[in-house]
Amino acid sequence: MEIKVLGPGCANCVKLEELAKTAIKELAMDAKIEKVSDIREIMKYTMSTPGLVVNGKLKHSGKPLPGIEKLKAMIEEEV
Amino acid sequence: MLKQFADYVTFTLLKLQPTSHAGDALNFFIYDTLKIFLLLTTIVFVVAIIRAYFPPEKTKKILSHKMEYIGNVMAALLGIVTPFCSCSAVPLFIGFVEAGIPLGVTFSFLISSPMVNEIALIMLWGLFGWKIALIYTGTGVLLAIASGMVIGRLKMERYVQDYVWETKVGNMEIVQTSFREKIEYARDYTTDLLKKIWPYVIIGIGLGGIVHGYIPAELVVKYAGRDNPFAVLVAVLIGIPLYSNAAGMIPVVQALVGKGMAMGTVLAFMMSVTAISFPEAVILKNVLKMPLILTFFGIVTAGIIIVGYLFNAIL
Repeated sequence: MEIKVLGPGCANCVKLEELAKTAIKELAMDAKIEKVSDIREIMKYTMSTPGLVVNGKLKHSGKPLPGIEKLKAMIEEEV
Repeated sequence: MLKQFADYVTFTLLKLQPTSHAGDALNFFIYDTLKIFLLLTTIVFVVAIIRAYFPPEKTKKILSHKMEYIGNVMAALLGIVTPFCSCSAVPLFIGFVEAGIPLGVTFSFLISSPMVNEIALIMLWGLFGWKIALIYTGTGVLLAIASGMVIGRLKMERYVQDYVWETKVGNMEIVQTSFREKIEYARDYTTDLLKKIWPYVIIGIGLGGIVHGYIPAELVVKYAGRDNPFAVLVAVLIGIPLYSNAAGMIPVVQALVGKGMAMGTVLAFMMSVTAISFPEAVILKNVLKMPLILTFFGIVTAGIIIVGYLFNAIL
C-alpha cells in the first residue's frame, strides 16, 4: 500500500499527514506514507491541496480535511 | 426578536440606560453578534453545498474552451462559487494555464474569487442591507472582468515563470461525491470557517460598538466623509494589509458609516481588504515574474479607487 499526501507545506497538509499516520496505525496496516511537496508532482493529481492519493488514486482534495473515520474508509476502499 | 433579546439583556437585566454610551454600545454589540452568527451559520452552509458542485477541476474544464471576453465574464462569475484559498493559488494557476485558458481569463478568476466571497457578502447584507451587498457583488464581478481583459490585452505571457509552461498536468479526476457527502462537506466547511473567524467577528463587532457609542460623528465626517477627496485613497491603502479579515472589518466600518463615512469609500475599503494581499503576492511569485505581479496589483488597486470615487459621486 502506498499513500501520498500532496501539499506544498501549508498547515492543513501537515495535519493531513498526521491524520494519515494515525489512520494506518489504527488499521494496523503496512503502508508507506510519502509527503509530496513538488508542485509538478502534485499537479499530476489535483489543483486543490492538500490531497490524498492511495495506490495512485486520488481520494481527497482540498479543505476541509476528512475526519479520521472517513480517512480510514478511504484507505480501506483501496486495499 | 433578536432586538428584543438585546434590549432585555442590556436594559432590563443589566439596568443600563438606553441613552448612556455603555448601554448603547452593549445593546449594539449583543444584537449584531446574534444576527451575524445566525446569518453566517445558515448562509455559509448553503453556499458550501453549492460550492461542492464546483470543484476547481470542474471550473477549469468549463473555462478551457472559452475565448477571451466571454471567458472573462464566465471566469469572474465562476470565481464566486469555486472554493479558493490563496494557499492553492499556485496549482490553480498552473492548471488553468496548462488547460489553455488565456492569461487574462485566469486573472479574472483570481480577482473575483477572493473578492466576491460569501463572508464579505453575508456581513454586508447583515449590516448594510441587500442593496449594498448586491452593489458590492456586481461591482466586484465587473472589476474582475475588466481587470482580466486589460491584463489579457497587455500580452504579458513572457512574465509567467518559465517552468509553468513546461509543467505537464495529469488527467485530473474529479472525486465524485454523493449528495450526502456534499452535505457533510458543507457541515465541516461551516464548522471550520466559524472556528477560524469567530474571534475576528466578536472583536470587530466590539470595536464597532465602541465606535458607535463613543466616537463623535464630526470626526468621522471630517476624515472619512464625502468631502474629503483623499478618503478613498487612504481607505484603500489601509485595507491592503488587512487581508482576509473582512469578517472583522465590516462591523467597524458599519459603525463608521453610521457616523458619516461615505459609502463609496466603504466599498473601496472592503474591496481592498478582500482583493489585494501581500501574502498572495508572495505566493504568486512562484508562478509570476515581478512585472506581472506589479501590473496585476496596480490594475486592481486603480480599479478599486475608481469604484470608490464613482460611488461617492452617485450614492
